[in-house]
Amino acid sequence: MSVLKKLAATAAMATAMMATPAFAQDDVRIALVVKALGIGFFEAAAEGAQEAAAELGNVEIIYTGPTDTTAEGQIEVINALIAQNVDAIAISSNDTDALVPALQRAMQRGITVISWDSGVAPEGRQLHLNPSSNPLIGNMIIKLAADHLPDGGEVALLSATTTSTNQNIWIDEMMAVMGDYPGIEVVATVYGDDLADKSYREATGLMQSYPDLDAIIAPTSVGIVAAAQAVVDAGKVGQVNVTGLGLPSEMAGAIESGASQSFAIWNPIDLGYSATMLAYELSQNGAVAEAGAEIPMGRMGSLTLDENNEGAMADPFVYDASNIDQFKSIF
Amino acid sequence: MTRFIPLREAILAGAIFALLMMIATRFAGFVAPSNLANVFNDTAPLIILALGQMVVILTRCIDLSVAANLALTGMAVAMINVAMPGLPIPVILAIAITLGAIMGAINGILVWKLAIPPIVVTLGTMTIFRGIIFLISDGKWVNAHEMSPAFTGFARTVLLGLPVLSWIAILTVVIFGIMMARTPFGRSIFAVGGNPHAAVYTGINVGKTQFWAFVVSGALAGLTGYLWVARYAVAYVDIAGGFELEVVAACVIGGISIAGGIGSVGGAVLGALFLGVVKNALPVVNISPFWQLAISGSAILIAVAFNARSGRTKGRIILKSAETAQ
Repeated sequence: MSVLKKLAATAAMATAMMATPAFAQDDVRIALVVKALGIGFFEAAAEGAQEAAAELGNVEIIYTGPTDTTAEGQIEVINALIAQNVDAIAISSNDTDALVPALQRAMQRGITVISWDSGVAPEGRQLHLNPSSNPLIGNMIIKLAADHLPDGGEVALLSATTTSTNQNIWIDEMMAVMGDYPGIEVVATVYGDDLADKSYREATGLMQSYPDLDAIIAPTSVGIVAAAQAVVDAGKVGQVNVTGLGLPSEMAGAIESGASQSFAIWNPIDLGYSATMLAYELSQNGAVAEAGAEIPMGRMGSLTLDENNEGAMADPFVYDASNIDQFKSIF
Repeated sequence: MTRFIPLREAILAGAIFALLMMIATRFAGFVAPSNLANVFNDTAPLIILALGQMVVILTRCIDLSVAANLALTGMAVAMINVAMPGLPIPVILAIAITLGAIMGAINGILVWKLAIPPIVVTLGTMTIFRGIIFLISDGKWVNAHEMSPAFTGFARTVLLGLPVLSWIAILTVVIFGIMMARTPFGRSIFAVGGNPHAAVYTGINVGKTQFWAFVVSGALAGLTGYLWVARYAVAYVDIAGGFELEVVAACVIGGISIAGGIGSVGGAVLGALFLGVVKNALPVVNISPFWQLAISGSAILIAVAFNARSGRTKGRIILKSAETAQ
């Protein structure tokens, strides 16, 4: 093992020495490190990174990651990238803390380090890109329902469990913006406990209790699928629109049947694009990651950082009949 | 003794009827025939599983792996359907029942040949089965659009006013009614649970009977696995999580003695229906979700306490002189 390590170190040294003259080369090398290779979501993110590279012109994307979702695997990848002396590392981490020492080493060598999707502790990166934020999600789930109800109507919430932190925060954020959607009335909040059968039963119960119900909002991936099935089985497709947060691969059937007009979740392509743009800005254009800073990220606008150097990319991306076929095979 | 069983069932049926009346005062639409048919259809998987569990409990065992068996079979047939969409439904049903029976047989062998307590065996296999689902599926879901229309459509095809899912439950009830009352296997199950030693003297192999009880329970869990996945049109690792406890609860409410030997098909069906009515009524009677769990739990406790009281036979002192001698 130690022989192997020595060899690796020698190889790394050699690469580093050989890479030195490469400073002269024009291409900015940005490494997109993912949780594991071969996952549709990250392949799509790499596609977005390539799009950003094409837009920037002089950027080379190194799309890499371990073969399984382990922190150890990512540390090896990071060490190899340090050895190659890349310009920036944008990572979706498998562990908040375990990667910090390796990433700190990278930053000491002048490599720009940012995390995206799944974050690293603040001391191990310059900034973190969240796909979205709680207020944006809360607003989006009611907007999805309201967009199809121009004359107002009755909506009901189908959440996970009564104690699910994420869902409760999103629902609170949604309630806070209800004033922006006049005519929309939330008639009930029920809990499917993230069980398909209970969610199905609760959705059926909602349709019975509120015969005029126009939409069911389920900000949980089990609930939204079960509710869509309940609407189909009740013969209420077209009357009750199921929406909320779900994955395209899981919701394709519901879009096809018409039980769901649209739903939302992050767009991995935009995420990869924004991460690349941010890495480029920090590494080449002298942007500084500090609380309150606004860093541009191309077509996605700009990222505003909070006191933890974190920012939210955008509203969750809306999926409907027009784009579901493109995304259902991705994630 | 048998005189008391119809009485207990009558009381339970009365309780279900009273429950329905109470619900009707808060939500009249619940007792509409079409909705009652829906409630029955929703309860069908529970009825099928409760019958399998009844057989196991009657032999003084318990099968906690039914829900995991259901989930694994469901995932397996869903993946088979994705790989071979053209496979006819009868073949899928046969595969589901066989797979379930094999898993039941594993439980049965461990209980029979290694004499490990059934609760330990099935706790173990429960976790193993869930683990296997993760391994074969890689933690991924099988979704509605990946399944063939015939696969998801079979369970909801309406025949004579009821979906196939309901008819399968009714058919299972009829078969079990005949099996428990009229076949040597059915009678031996009661004998094994009632008094294992006496059963041995009458030439019944206790271990083997328990083995077959597990196979029956497993086969029904497998069958339900397909029906479940078809009904909810989704298969993932956690489907029917915790459902085994509901199945045991249905049996206990139905008056099946955990100590074995006492119980009936009618009791298991009524126990399942009682739970089914409660589960379907809670969402529509507008009770805070925080209370729903407490209400479900209390209903179970009350029913069990009631059964325990009514089922208790007073001891009879036959040696008066011995008592006074003490």
